[in-house]
Amino acid sequence: MGNLHSSARKVLDLYIDGFKNMTVGRKLWTIILIKVFLLFVVFRLFFFPNILKENYDTDDDRARAVARELTQR
Amino acid sequence: MEDLIQVVDWSRMQFALTAIVHWLFVPLTIGLSLIIAVMETIYYRSRSQKWLKTLKFWMTLFAINFACGVATGIILEFEFGTNWSNYSWFVGDIFGAPLAIEGLLAFFMEATFFAVMFFGWKKVSPAFHLASTWLVAVGVSLSALWILIANAWMQYPVGMEFEPDQMRNVMSDFWAVATSPVAINKFFHAVTSGWVLGAVFVIGVSCIIAARGKNLAMAKDSVKVAGWIGLAGIIFTMWSGDGSAVQVARVQPMKLAAMEGLYKGDVGQDLIGVGIVDEKAREVKYKIAIPKGLSVLANHDADSFVPGIDDLLEGIAITHQGDTINTVSYAERIEIGKAAQQALRDYEQARKAGDNEALLEAAARIKDNYKYFGYGFLSSPDAAVPPVALTFYAFHFMVLAGGYLFLLMIVALFVVYRRPRWFDTRLARIIGVLSIPVVWICSEAGWIVAEVGRQPWTIQDILPVGAAVSAVTAQSVQLTFWLFAIVFAALLAAEISIMCKEVKKATVREITDINDNKK
Repeated sequence: MGNLHSSARKVLDLYIDGFKNMTVGRKLWTIILIKVFLLFVVFRLFFFPNILKENYDTDDDRARAVARELTQR
Repeated sequence: MEDLIQVVDWSRMQFALTAIVHWLFVPLTIGLSLIIAVMETIYYRSRSQKWLKTLKFWMTLFAINFACGVATGIILEFEFGTNWSNYSWFVGDIFGAPLAIEGLLAFFMEATFFAVMFFGWKKVSPAFHLASTWLVAVGVSLSALWILIANAWMQYPVGMEFEPDQMRNVMSDFWAVATSPVAINKFFHAVTSGWVLGAVFVIGVSCIIAARGKNLAMAKDSVKVAGWIGLAGIIFTMWSGDGSAVQVARVQPMKLAAMEGLYKGDVGQDLIGVGIVDEKAREVKYKIAIPKGLSVLANHDADSFVPGIDDLLEGIAITHQGDTINTVSYAERIEIGKAAQQALRDYEQARKAGDNEALLEAAARIKDNYKYFGYGFLSSPDAAVPPVALTFYAFHFMVLAGGYLFLLMIVALFVVYRRPRWFDTRLARIIGVLSIPVVWICSEAGWIVAEVGRQPWTIQDILPVGAAVSAVTAQSVQLTFWLFAIVFAALLAAEISIMCKEVKKATVREITDINDNKK
């Protein structure tokens, strides 16, 4: 148990010290965070709905919708 | 109908924009990770501080590229769900499984070994650090493998059966999908071309640094490593490119014909080096060609027949063994495709009516005609011809640039080993800097050949773009297209700006202080 705790602490320290000592990395993390926010929050929620998931409740409904699209378009 | 064409066009443009931007980062990640791993191996064996300095410099540029490129690929998956919902449902788990494996692999690799690589210099043993760096290099390539398996399946759909009840293709043989010869070849071609791109980037940046007279030894050492990796990369890329040509001749002959602007094929077919495509006149003008070159390329037989676009439309093709056969014309394929679609309509009606006998009969007809299911969506045989000029020019640029890059690697190695005084000259800087856009355009051109050349198909012969696209409005796709264009342009500007600043530091002062975690 003690060894596990010590290993987890070491892993945590790796990340904490790493982030603390970054220079160029701070700019990069800022870019990553802005990008992830734009992609996963703004774009995903407001601009990129999963059409079949949002418009139909079951897989069978989705399958029939695609069948209609492919046979009646 | 007009709106459908616009939706298809804008959705394709958006996908192309996203894929092109994503591919700006990926090959550099692949190539640079290998170069860094080799440099760290040299450092591990020599414990030389100059190699530690060199490797940390490239690791910083690697980190910048990685940060700007990370998650750009996820947008492609958003687009599948919104713009290509018919496609994403229709391909089912065949496409989803490799992408899920890629996602898991990328996540675990990035969360662990990247962290050790960048933060772990004083936290882990040198051997463990070296292993982490190699695992990152191997991991990014393995990550690419699953994406390329998914892409190869679209070009050469194998290991699946269409299940009309689920309205999707169901994987029947995972190994046929995972070990498809198209996937394996594509993997080697894409990954080794990434080595070349990484190498040219290192050579180009090293030339810039050397020309300013600072960190000259670091620049020379970097070119030595990059030159050998780039040379190995371009040789493998050419070898796998040859394999690709043979495969394309068998599984996507229309793409090969478009790559060469070949309308009427012949035995002992010439390979065009340069020329101007006239799509209206259906010929290539002012061409300079290598006699019998295309026959050699496609079939490894100088006197073999290579079908052109018109031959293929009439049903003349070559078998997997390279024999010329008279197969199904494209007009007949359209009829077969329509029969498959009618069977699907009958299936849906029988399903609604609960008529089991009719259901089984319709399912059997779907199965019999499914091979050409997608042709039923085409208005005429000509609709199965990809944009010839764009495919032709992209292919020829790729080949010519590939030849140039092969020479560049040889010259770079010759200079750095035999004529080192040529290295820090203005000419070397100009060649080095100009080669950077050449390799990137070459790499993107390869994807243009692969993707534009297979139009109109999202899944070869099964689903064209016009059927794959969602029932959305053109305006909504236009809006997100421009949003992406703005975000991507800003990200690219940020990356180039941060990278240029880091490179500039190496041109104005000697890099001597090595502060372990400052990345």
